[in-house]
Amino acid sequence: MPSTITVHDVRKWYGDVHAVDGVSFEVEQGEFVGILGPNGAGKTTLLEVVEGLRKPDSGEVSLLGESPWPRNKDLLPRIGVQLQASSFFERLTAREQIVTFADLYGTPHSRVDEMLGTVGLTESAGTRTEKLSGGQVQRLSIACALVHRPDVVFLDEPTAALDPQARRNLWDLLRGISGQGHTVVLTTHHMDEAEALCDRVAIMDAGRILQLGPPATLVRGLDAPTRIGVESGLLAEAAVRDLFPDAEVNDDTVSLTIATRNPAAVLAELADRNALRGLSVHGATLEDVFLTLTGREYRA
Amino acid sequence: MKSLLSLSRAIFLAFRRDKAAVFFTIGFPLMFLVLFGGIFKSAGAPKVNVLEVGPVPVVDTLPADARTQIDDILKFTQATDIAAAQDKVRKGDYDAAIAQDGSTVTVYYSAADQVKSATVQAIMDRLVQATAGTPKLALHSQQVEDQSLKAIQYYTPGLLGWALAAGGTAGAALTLVGWRKKQLLRRLRLSPVGTGTILGARVIVSVGIGLIQMVIFLGVASIPYFGLKLSGAWWMAVPLVFAGTAAFLSLGLLIGSFVKTEDAAQGIVQLIVLPMAFLSGAFFPLEFAPSWLQTASKVLPLRYLVDAMRDVMVRGRDAASVLPTVGGLLLFALVVSVIAGRLFRWDDV
Repeated sequence: MPSTITVHDVRKWYGDVHAVDGVSFEVEQGEFVGILGPNGAGKTTLLEVVEGLRKPDSGEVSLLGESPWPRNKDLLPRIGVQLQASSFFERLTAREQIVTFADLYGTPHSRVDEMLGTVGLTESAGTRTEKLSGGQVQRLSIACALVHRPDVVFLDEPTAALDPQARRNLWDLLRGISGQGHTVVLTTHHMDEAEALCDRVAIMDAGRILQLGPPATLVRGLDAPTRIGVESGLLAEAAVRDLFPDAEVNDDTVSLTIATRNPAAVLAELADRNALRGLSVHGATLEDVFLTLTGREYRA
Repeated sequence: MKSLLSLSRAIFLAFRRDKAAVFFTIGFPLMFLVLFGGIFKSAGAPKVNVLEVGPVPVVDTLPADARTQIDDILKFTQATDIAAAQDKVRKGDYDAAIAQDGSTVTVYYSAADQVKSATVQAIMDRLVQATAGTPKLALHSQQVEDQSLKAIQYYTPGLLGWALAAGGTAGAALTLVGWRKKQLLRRLRLSPVGTGTILGARVIVSVGIGLIQMVIFLGVASIPYFGLKLSGAWWMAVPLVFAGTAAFLSLGLLIGSFVKTEDAAQGIVQLIVLPMAFLSGAFFPLEFAPSWLQTASKVLPLRYLVDAMRDVMVRGRDAASVLPTVGGLLLFALVVSVIAGRLFRWDDV
């Protein structure tokens, strides 16, 4: 069975800017794939090419076995999109927005209230879009993208500009969607979001995909040290250095941090010395992966 | 079909819930109708006010039909004191005073309004001649314009044309620019609706709003205070509303194709529609304009719409006489739509 999405060596230039510069990847049916990268990495352009909004300058895209360009009306009912801007009809209520989108796809109205429930907007059904909160707007926009039960859903930075609480709510919603068997492609510039939600993550920078894989695999592949922190003052920095000559030790007078590739031994030693107050243990994150791949700190 | 109706509904609700849009599309032109209709209400046939001091048999004994005709022009008010009457004429409260003493009829008039003075003198002269001897001359006076000089007859079709032009052009331009800016056009592009459906929905709503404008205008103008009298083929205004709306929609689409923000669109729409309304005779007659201006106005679709609506609504022309205008407006709409289609962009970038 062919992949749900196949992208082969796609390039898209705007003048001299290589927005997408030779990208290839595949997405299987039912997968939740994240495209992660800083602003300007080319995520949105890549998504637009896959959706069929833009013609690639070179390379091939196959979406559900068909070419999305030129505008393919047989394909469109099978995909759902949420754009960065909240693209709604003016002055309609939440319910009216979903009804209108349902009608565009010929979906029965019984589905509308179901969607309102799914995205938790039943109580705001009669509120005009202009008066919804940021999180509600994003959830409504996802409801409009899903109302016609598409096979593939594209979400372009759905949690941008949301407060942490609203982001968490949306994550729960997105996990639920993925659980219903939709294939989901999401762009984000939040590392934690990609880690928390995606089966596989493509790390993108300057128009290229640097690495693609399950977040845990990417992190483990780094062979990065584990960072163990305890309160400052429990042990002298110099003494710790002597204890763990292979580790990197740093005391900023608040915490004593030990970066080691052998956390078990370090933890055992600290326990022996009863020096575990304020203990924290951090493995590597996708941020470390980005740092290793690009040689610079990740700045969303 | 369902998507067409649903989009139409969405566009109409957006309009109905936008108080400013409703006001500027319906209330504002209506305000002008009420103002112009009220201000110029009596401008067509100003009556001459005459004081009748004591009995004036030459007027009082007129046959009923002759009296009716006189009453169309002169308004008689009874008075008793000749000195007080002269004073009132001097002050301008009345245009003239008349008195009769036996066989002598005296007309007191002021030089302030020579036209009215002359009118009274001429009429009284005729009456005296007619009463004095043979042949018995009947006074017969008639305004050449008949009813059409009444202001409301002129302004209703003119201002309705302006309202249609403003509403149609702004509606199309704002929908296009607003939807593009909010990326709704892009979102619709990723749904299975065609551009024809989107355009069709906008046409349906604009024509609907145009018909609402027409009903309200005719309703208000027809109340006895304004006294609009529609002539026979007035219903031809319906196809004219349709064709006119199509023409101005296409103009709005053209504007919306290259303008980026709603504010700019609104400004350009006014910049085009307002001068066009003046040059098309929507606000005042063009007969007195220099000939080059009259020639220039012949390229404006609104001029044809306004002329045709006056023809069928108040001038009593027959239905077939405006068919060429309907065709012309539709042709204009087609040509401009094709140009707008070439310039059409789904996205800003």
